[in-house]
Formats: sequence, C-alpha cells, structure tokens
Amino acid sequence: MRAEIGPHQIYWGRALEKRVTFRGWLLPILLIAPQVIISAVFFFYPAGQAIWQSLFIPDPFGLSSQFVGFGNFEFLLSDKFYRKSFLTTAIFSILVTLCSMIPALFLAVIADRLIKGSGVYRTMLIWPYAVAPAVAGVLWLFMFNTRVGVVSWYLGQLGYDWNHVLNGGEAMGLVVVASAWGRISYNFLFFFAALQSVPRSVIEAAAIDGAHFWRRFFGIVLPLITPTAFFLLVVNVVYAFFETFGVIHTITAGGPQQSTTILVYKVFSDGFVGQDLGSSSAQSVILLVVVGLLTVIQFKYVEKRVHY
Amino acid sequence: MSFRFITSCYANSTICTLALWIGGAKLGISNSCCQFNTRTETISHLKDAREETMKKLLIGAIAGSTLLSPIAAMAQTEVQFWHAFTGRLGELVAAQVEEFNASQSDYVVVQSHKGNYSETLNAGIAAFRAQEQPHILMVFEVGTATMMAAEGAIRPVYEVMGESGATFDPDAYIGAVKGYYTSTDGDMLSLPFNSSTPVLWVNRNAFEAAGVDPDMDLSTWENVGAALDALKAGGEDCPLVTAWQSWIHLENFSAYHDVPFASKDNGFSGLDTELMLNGPAQIAHLTAMQEWAQDGKFIYTGRRNEGGANFRAGECALFTESSAGYAGISSEAEFDFDVRPLPYWKAVADEPQNTIIGGASLWVMAGHDAEEYKGAGEFLSFLSSSDVQASWHQNTGYLPITAEAGEATKAAGFYEANPGTDIAVMQMTANEPTANSKGLRLGSFDQIRGIIDEELEAIWSGDKSPQEAMDSAKERGDALLRRFEQANG
Repeated sequence: MRAEIGPHQIYWGRALEKRVTFRGWLLPILLIAPQVIISAVFFFYPAGQAIWQSLFIPDPFGLSSQFVGFGNFEFLLSDKFYRKSFLTTAIFSILVTLCSMIPALFLAVIADRLIKGSGVYRTMLIWPYAVAPAVAGVLWLFMFNTRVGVVSWYLGQLGYDWNHVLNGGEAMGLVVVASAWGRISYNFLFFFAALQSVPRSVIEAAAIDGAHFWRRFFGIVLPLITPTAFFLLVVNVVYAFFETFGVIHTITAGGPQQSTTILVYKVFSDGFVGQDLGSSSAQSVILLVVVGLLTVIQFKYVEKRVHY
Repeated sequence: MSFRFITSCYANSTICTLALWIGGAKLGISNSCCQFNTRTETISHLKDAREETMKKLLIGAIAGSTLLSPIAAMAQTEVQFWHAFTGRLGELVAAQVEEFNASQSDYVVVQSHKGNYSETLNAGIAAFRAQEQPHILMVFEVGTATMMAAEGAIRPVYEVMGESGATFDPDAYIGAVKGYYTSTDGDMLSLPFNSSTPVLWVNRNAFEAAGVDPDMDLSTWENVGAALDALKAGGEDCPLVTAWQSWIHLENFSAYHDVPFASKDNGFSGLDTELMLNGPAQIAHLTAMQEWAQDGKFIYTGRRNEGGANFRAGECALFTESSAGYAGISSEAEFDFDVRPLPYWKAVADEPQNTIIGGASLWVMAGHDAEEYKGAGEFLSFLSSSDVQASWHQNTGYLPITAEAGEATKAAGFYEANPGTDIAVMQMTANEPTANSKGLRLGSFDQIRGIIDEELEAIWSGDKSPQEAMDSAKERGDALLRRFEQANG
C-alpha cells in the first residue's frame, strides 16, 4: 500500500480484505512458528549448508577441507560434459513430461466417453503407478536387454538391431519411456477427474451448434481443464528432474557416454560414488538456481494462459 | 547418529526441498524427491544407529545377566566387521567369523553386510564422520587410494597385527596380491581379502560347432584374432565377450605388457599422477578390439559382468572374465569349458609380465581402544592362516593370499580335480611385479573407471577412434586426479 494513503483508506482496505488484527505479538508469532521452524530446519539451514560447502573441497572422511571460493563452480562449468548435461536434462524433462501427459490426456478422453466398463478400465490404467521406479527400471531393462530382452528380440526379427548399451539415442528413449510409463497413470487420474467436471451443458450446446468432437475438445474442454494441465506440468517437470533417478540408475547408470546423465544423477554420482562432496554441493546449488528460475518462469508466463 | 551427518545429507537434498517449496507450496504437492539420498544413506545410518542402540541394550542385558549369574564370564571385547558380501560369499564370511569366535573367548567379531562395494565404502565413510565407524571395513580395490590418503581415518594393518602379538610375517603373503595394498616402503596397509585376476574362458563346444580346434594355442591375441576369424566364418554369432572392460582390457592389459597405466608408478609414488592409458600399446589393442567389434567378432554387453550370462548360457565362444567367475561357470555351464591364461600381444611384449588383482581388502579404522585393536589383529591373523585361506580359495575361486595356502591347496589335489583353477595363481606369480604391474593407486578411481567405460563404449560403437577416445579419457581422468590431489594433498 502506498504511503500517501490516509488512515481512513487503510481502514477501508482492511475491512474489504477481511484481515484479522491481533492485539499482541505473541499469538501471531506462535501461529506462524511451525511453518517458519519447518522452513528453517528443512530448507534454509540445509540450503545454507549446501552453499557453504560448495565453497570448499573436503576430503571424504571430513578430516580436512580447503576453501576454494568459486573453484568448484569453475571446475564444473569448464567441464563440457557438465554443460552438456543441462541440455540432456532439458531434453529428458521435456520428453518425459510430454510422453506422460499426452497419452494420459488421450486415455482420459477415451475413458470419459466410455459408458460401460469404465471402472475396470480406470483401475487397469492406475496400476502402473504402484510400481516403484527402480522396479519399473528393471522391468524395462529386461524387456530391452540387448541379448535376452523380449522386445529387442522382436525388433531383431524385424531387422532392427536394438542396442541401448552403445546407442545414446536409444538409451535416452528407453529411460524416457520407463520414466513416463508409470507416470501416465498418475496424470490420467487427474485428467479424468478434470474431464468429469467439465459442464455437460456447455458441450451439449456446442454439439447442437454443429461442433464436432475434436472442435469441442480443443475449443471448450481443453481450455476448461488448463488448471489441471498446468498443475500436472509443474508436478511432472519436478518429477522428471528429481524422481527419475531410480530408473536411470538401474537402466543406464547415466551412459552411454553420459547421454542419459541428468543433473540430479550427476549430483549423486559425484557425491556418493566419487566422494567429491565439494563438487556435489556446488551442483546442488546450481540445480537450486535452475529449478528456482524454471518455477518462476512457469508461474509467471505459463500460468497467464491458465483460466481458473 | 551425529547431527553433522544429517546436515551433509540434507545439503545435497536441499535442491529438492527448494523445488517443493517453490513449486509445491502453492499447489500443495506432497512429493518425495531425492529419495535416493535419504533411502540409501540416511536410512542405512538410521539403521546403524538402531543397531547401535540394540547393541547397547544387548550389552545392558548381558551386564544384567552377569549380575544374576556369578559364574558368567567377563564380557568379551567386540570387534565390528562390515563387508559387502551376500549370498554364498556372505555365508562363507559368516562361517569364517563363527569359526574365529568359537576358537577363542576373548573377542567376538560381529559381521554385518552393508550393501555392495560402493555402499559399504560409503557406509564406512559416513560412520567415520559420525564417529561410529567399525573396526574392520571391507573396501574394494578402486577405493584403495581414497583409504590410503585418509591417514587420520585408518590404522595400517602391519601396525595393528604387529601390536596384537599375533603371528605376522609380511613375507608370507603373495607379492602380486599384497603389492596392491602396500605402501612404497613395503608396509602392508590393508589385508587382501578376496582377490581375483582376469583369465580367458573357452567354450569348447562352441569351438567344435564352428569347426575350430578347441585345443588351439590361445596364449596370444594374435592367435585369438585368428580364432575369432575362424569362429565367425564357422557361423558363431558371439565369438568373444568380456566382463569389466576397463579392468581387463586396460588396467590388466597394461600390467601384463609391462607398460604404465599412469605416471608415478601407477600412482604408487605420488598423488600428482597422470593417466598414461593412451600409449601405443593400449591403442594397438583397442584398435584390434574395435575392428573385432565392428565385424561382430567381439560383442559388447555392458560395463560390468553382463556377458557372463551369455557365456554361461553357452551363447559365446570366448570370455575374458575374473578367475572368480569359476563358481558360477562351473555350476551353470552345460558345455565343456577351459580356463586359459589371459592372452598377450606377441608384437608388444615377448613374454607376459604378471596380471594385477581386483577384489577387496580389509582396512582397520582409527578411533578405537587398544584392546579392540588387539582383537582386530587376532582376527586378521586368523583370516591369513593357511587353512582358512586354502578353503576360501577352493570354495570361491578367489586367489589365496599366502603362498602356503596355495601349496596346501595343491597338496590336497584340488588343482588336479578342478583343472584350470591354478591358472590365475600361476599368471599372478609368474614374475616378480614391476612398477607397472604392482597395481594401481588412483584417487576417484571409481569415477575414472566410469569415464573409461564411456570412452570405450564410444570406441565399440565406432563414434571415436581409440586414440581420440583414450586422449579424452586421459584429459577427463586427469581433471579428477587433480581434484583428488587438491582434496588430499
């Protein structure tokens, strides 16, 4: 509120906003304390620690540590594989998000039109969500194993030589499919619920005006479910960034030639395989900035196109 | 469990917290990102803490029962032993521990499995940071440099065993085995536990099916090359597979041909070492391997021992794999197989030097009482004894760590009953190790192997020439070595 506004107007402002005014300090502090403490303990303190640690090169046992200033960041950013892993992460996240959202929407639209048996159909579609990422990884790994895999055998019969162990593109495809697969169920649930809440009267009115199915879908249904789609976009990007670790670890371990090493996987492999906690912390800080920016962009620009 | 560890763990998962905080708070998402941190690290340490509590309760209970029963003996000194073995190997370790505990009454060794090699090392490091480290920790050979650099965290084995009063004769151990784990002064820093070395496995039936004589000389890569041509011509789909490509085709290759893998005696004489794996000998070998890969004579299956499944199923004719593959191959293979020495290039070396080992050794960690170290020393002496070693060697296919155990095995007629099991021992002990064949001592070696694996994959797929790939591996690996030097210098 601007300074030139008088006390009278402030009173009005408050009345309109229905704010509660506390008399003392104690109660409001007590009320916000849980949130503040949780944020401080689980976010600000560890974030501060990560930033602090990123300025040092410690030895694995914590016996000594050297201050290197921005040395860890210089080391990282001068590594062309690290710079490439930004691109890998972007490609991977976009593909996982698209591959998990578009089929889910398509299935939800079909399920929404079903009259009989939609319960069975829904249940079957939700099942894959119950499979843990690492287990899903192993499942896909077996199907596509270059020597004993069922799918790779059929591909071989068709004359296609599947080898994700050496071919980076195939490896990326496999981890994307394995990551997106279980996620389709989750997205399906949300899309299905959103579709059910689209008012029938609007659709019927459009139908009477002669709009065919896809015209109705793109003109009416899709705009009405954008809040859900936006929510899923944010959640799926976060998922692709952080939770696909198990799948990548089991299927490719980041290979071949780092073609599936996403940023989070590198934090793990440098910190817990390489014992290089300095570099690992610096990567955490960089990732923190990246996800922060990404979320700001999503809320600032993408959300403008969402109609609540 | 100390608070310090919690913070270091959180520091790495901070980023997830942020994502939730920004992305999640507004939408009310409940998410569990970065589970890997918490799952693999924190939880295992919560478990340690729990075990610690259990232990204290148990000690309490023992103390209580001592009060009740005056005849009970005094509490034994406990020695914690963390290892990475499950399954059959885990059972054998447990049996060794039981045998030791039953053999005397002063000490009791408590063994616990802490996950795979990397996880066990991580558990040990995290426990040390929390000041709850075990007395004895199993560390795989690539973690050797990390342990050696951590002088304040370990106690050299020669010291512990010497002080324990148990018999300790450093000369009893096989040079090529202990060399990997001794300092440049010749002091044994950790006790070799399970050691193996790569050999060539031959599927005789596959040779016969392709019309190739299975008894042909396969001692040189030149001959193996000819065999691969003949096998391919005879209709064999998978003439050659390998396990552990970096270990066999670069690390052991270099030692076997007496060329350096890294400067400063393969890292033994200084942290300022640089990789030398892009030398002419290595490039010549990789060039031949690349041609075989392009012609479908060498089939690449993965970085670890994935090829083992194919070989054991009888799909492949030749297999370069650890001698410790014996147990699996002999129990699963439904074909006649041979064990041959690892081939060498006649064009590079007239005679092969010796191969180096892979596997793990036992490290004694710092920060315990003198009495407990005595127990640890006793246990390590027990493990080194001839009987224990001989039965370990015969049961697992791992190399014996003392010459005496090897002789006892021979005397018992084991090698005659199981032909080929002595190849590894002979290959290791044929020559006195040189500076190039003593072993490797490189920091961040687990990660460097990952880099080498990536570059080798680029060679097999034809994306890079062997020279380009190895130059790149050197450049990337050296950057990690410099960081390790900086952190530990």
